[in-house]
Amino acid sequence: MKKALFAVLVAALLVSTAAAQSIEDIAWTCPEGYEGQTLNVYNWATYIGEDTVANFEELCGVTVTYDVFESNEAVIARLRQGNPGYDITFPNEYAVSIMIRDGLLETINKDNIPNFANVAERWRGYDFDPENEYGMPYLWGTTGVAVDLTSVEEPITSWMQVFELDGRVSWIDDTRTMLSLALLMLGYDPNSMDADEIAQGVDFLLEHGDNVVSIADDDGDALLARGEVDIALEYSGDIYQLMLDCECEDYAYIIPEEGSIVDMTFMVVPVGAPNLALAEVFMDYILDPVVSAQIVNDTFYATPNQAAIDSGLIPEELVNNTALFPSEESLENLYFLADVTDVEQVYNDAWDEILIFIGG
Amino acid sequence: MANKALTGPFVRSPHTSEISLPINRHDRGRFLRGAAQVGYKAIAYGGMIFLWLPIVLLVVFSFNDSRAVNQWQGFTGQWYGNIFNNIIGTEARFSTELMLHAVGNSLFVSVVAGIIATIIGTMVALSLARGHYPGRRLLDGLLYIPLVIPDITQGVSLAMFFMIAFGFINNLLGLGANYGFGTIIVGHVAFNISYVAVVVRARLAHMNPRLEEAAYDLGANGWQTFWRITFPQILPGIIAGWLLAFTLSLDDYVVTFFNNGVGTTTLSIFVYGMLKTSVTPEINALSTLMLVASTVLVVISLGMQSQFSKR
Repeated sequence: MKKALFAVLVAALLVSTAAAQSIEDIAWTCPEGYEGQTLNVYNWATYIGEDTVANFEELCGVTVTYDVFESNEAVIARLRQGNPGYDITFPNEYAVSIMIRDGLLETINKDNIPNFANVAERWRGYDFDPENEYGMPYLWGTTGVAVDLTSVEEPITSWMQVFELDGRVSWIDDTRTMLSLALLMLGYDPNSMDADEIAQGVDFLLEHGDNVVSIADDDGDALLARGEVDIALEYSGDIYQLMLDCECEDYAYIIPEEGSIVDMTFMVVPVGAPNLALAEVFMDYILDPVVSAQIVNDTFYATPNQAAIDSGLIPEELVNNTALFPSEESLENLYFLADVTDVEQVYNDAWDEILIFIGG
Repeated sequence: MANKALTGPFVRSPHTSEISLPINRHDRGRFLRGAAQVGYKAIAYGGMIFLWLPIVLLVVFSFNDSRAVNQWQGFTGQWYGNIFNNIIGTEARFSTELMLHAVGNSLFVSVVAGIIATIIGTMVALSLARGHYPGRRLLDGLLYIPLVIPDITQGVSLAMFFMIAFGFINNLLGLGANYGFGTIIVGHVAFNISYVAVVVRARLAHMNPRLEEAAYDLGANGWQTFWRITFPQILPGIIAGWLLAFTLSLDDYVVTFFNNGVGTTTLSIFVYGMLKTSVTPEINALSTLMLVASTVLVVISLGMQSQFSKR
């Protein structure tokens, strides 16, 4: 019965996704004067809607070249070497802060991006870019607790339940994420630059590592699916994908009450971009509610675009799934990872110590 | 004379007599030979399994009815369908289109870089084998260095070189030269020349130099001698060199990453780029198709070689 219900939901999802993908639904109009121009996009491989680029090309009469990168470090390395001609790229928040510090980004003119008004108040203004002079938020996700409901009966609400679980747990092989959680548990700043606090974070993790069976390199979702762990610390997008693939209700994604880590990708313009004006037009297009909704429906990442969420174009199943859009209360306790270049070595050494004593 | 005695069939190292397992000399020989046969087979089959099991898994998972590449959910031909639909244009999925575009870029780069590297590499090999000039030995030694230099060193040094060169050219001539297919191809040619030259040299070393001398004696000039005598003799080496260059170029990531530009995403860069979201079985399907294509190529080339040697 549950399965049949789920099938109906999936079918409804597919239908509504398909319906939302028509170019006629996009009320956004392209400003005059860009016909025949080219926009060079540098993004993650499948991190955009199926028709987003094609629709933009049609609406503006422009050509889009779409190149891909595999990590924030790759973008920074590539642009430090000199911008080969990209107009817009999509790094994460900590990479944006490094790029701003190193002078790798152009400032953008928000007057050319009226759809910035669609961005939720919560997602405007960041420590490294208080006025959004450098970047527009694109998509976000969280790190949380993925629970196999068939083997964990108690409802998980706190990180302490995870750290003290009588069962099998996998952590993420991500230096900053794991240590930030430990710092958070100890009541420190998750982006602490204090070597002493970081050392206490290491002790905390070592003390609570008895139930860890794997420190997973981005495959905690697979461990969970194969039943090798009862709880996996994972990125929300992967867990949502798992829920979708298994067509079951065996899994839950939880952000414990103490809070967790959030990550956001930004649309930014690298220094020396040949077509800054068209990049701004593209940002405005992306922030259109219909376009943003399509991107969410295709990528399963959360959008900062409040108008897109309110538009009803994102299916209820997505909007109401806490793996994608966490509840208002848990949003209060989400922390961005900040650039900690000065103590990066301390963090790396600390994580190495944990890897040695707890193992992978 | 001493050498010959050592390799004779009845001479054994005195140390073997310390092994106490078999009773007499005759049985011991039979036992060791039998054990060796089993060992050879185990190594051969073990090696084959080690080599092919991951590839078999890759092919199996290209039919997986799930977006995950590591957990079997059921059979589907969907991933192949996506690729074919995109090629014939009935359905243009953006991610498939990007992937196929990257395949096109990869093939373009590796074919062109392979051809240029083969021409230069063959000329280098000929010059080193036939030439008599000072510094030839040094050049010969230098030729092997790119084979052992790490990719990362090559990639970074080329990128630095282009950065300086572009700065100079653009200031001097007011051009807007930048990274792109040109820089990737130059980078690939740079690391491929040595491989081609080494393969062609091996072929040249097996060629009888008297054939060329005979051609000269019979009145052929250097040009005629090369095309009618030398070239057909070393052709298998040249083809092998090109195939090697093509393959190395096709799966290069590091040099490409440091020297790519706008619109030059190759397949290796694209596959790495999928790590953020998820690598889907579509990549497996594509890899399987490429595996089939390269198997066909190898079979054809083996067939051609056996035809060639029969004549």
